[in-house]
Amino acid sequence: MLRQFGTNEFLFIFTAARWTVLLSLIAFVGGAVGGLIVALSRVSDVKPVSLAAGGFIQVFQGTPLLMQLFLVFFGATTLGLDINPWIAAAVALTLNASAFLGEIWRGCIQAVPKGQWEAAGALGLHYPATMRYIILPQAFKIALPPTVGFLVQLIKATSLAAIIGFTEVTRAGQIINNATFRPFLVFGIVAAIYFILCWPLSHLSMRLERRFAAATTR
Amino acid sequence: MTYTFRFGPVLEAYRDLLAGAWLTIQLSTSAMLLGLVVAIICAWVKTSGPKPLRWVVECYIEIIRNTPFLVQIFFIFFGLPAAGVRLSPNAAALLAMVINVGAYATEIIRAGIESIHKGQVEAGLALGLKPLQVFRYIVLKPALKTVYPALTSQFILLMLTSSVVSAISADDLTSVANNIQSLTFTSFEVYLVVTLMYLAMSLAFSAVFSTIYRVAFAYPDRH
Repeated sequence: MLRQFGTNEFLFIFTAARWTVLLSLIAFVGGAVGGLIVALSRVSDVKPVSLAAGGFIQVFQGTPLLMQLFLVFFGATTLGLDINPWIAAAVALTLNASAFLGEIWRGCIQAVPKGQWEAAGALGLHYPATMRYIILPQAFKIALPPTVGFLVQLIKATSLAAIIGFTEVTRAGQIINNATFRPFLVFGIVAAIYFILCWPLSHLSMRLERRFAAATTR
Repeated sequence: MTYTFRFGPVLEAYRDLLAGAWLTIQLSTSAMLLGLVVAIICAWVKTSGPKPLRWVVECYIEIIRNTPFLVQIFFIFFGLPAAGVRLSPNAAALLAMVINVGAYATEIIRAGIESIHKGQVEAGLALGLKPLQVFRYIVLKPALKTVYPALTSQFILLMLTSSVVSAISADDLTSVANNIQSLTFTSFEVYLVVTLMYLAMSLAFSAVFSTIYRVAFAYPDRH
């Protein structure tokens, strides 16, 4: 009962890549919003707020992403919500990205020289204005390389959605491999698709980092 | 319909859970050690090996770093039998983990090697120390100090990533959780307990690692 590996099989895998891209984008946008909140909470002077953000980061960085996926997926079922793998993956990846981006951006906010804060205070700017006009624009520049680097991690992380049954590119590969049993060919194609998505971003991140390093060394 | 949590069946299987956690730790430790061997060889090739080999190592690192671990596992677990090599899920998991962590550790080791200034070695030799003494007293410790934090966090990352080997039904903690889940239908409870176990393991390891760091790299030097 083996099928031949032909054009249809290839197209099935190739078109499933759009779900990988879409899931990555959703998690990235959601994670950016969440990450900004987490980062700002982390550098806040209000102790409980920064502690809560710290706990959030610790939990998401100290447990496997696969478990986070399972907890969202089965947790929703437990609450009586009928959740599909697509939503579960989007929610879990968004939460995970919020924690990681929050931690990355906290470092970037703290990398802005202290004198900038003091100067803003001396000019009589309040916290929101200081953040918006002085700190965040400078932090953004520092944050660009590691953020692009994290996007690579996120694209790779979407593959775990295959385990809860969402048909993105890895799951499509599994399905075709079960039908054709050509593992090297099938998973070679799957790996190549990820590589084509990730490699340019990896290099962009490295290039940005070098340019940034060159700009800051005196 | 309200749901009542049932932690009883999960807690009854504590022996299996502990066995799974132990295998996760064993897998991660062995993979890290073997991966370090791979990394040291690759770092040497990258810094001073022959050109064609250097290119091979570059490709290996780029491919591993830009593809998901899950796909790497499938490639090995389903691919090797097709090539006539039979591997148990645990062996395939270990092999995939070694290949994966080896690529990441290579970059760390290389940075460690490059952090040593040539002048340090020259000064040691000028003082009349033998090359081995120079390595032991001058090069080794600062190099270790440079790579230690990155390598230990890489180990914890590897331990958390190893959860993915449950996709090929190894005997690690996550696979045990899957088995309990399918027998007792207490999915959320099982995964909650197991998630907390992973959290406890990563906190414990990072506490041990930072204690070792404080003792081993305390300055001024004590020999």
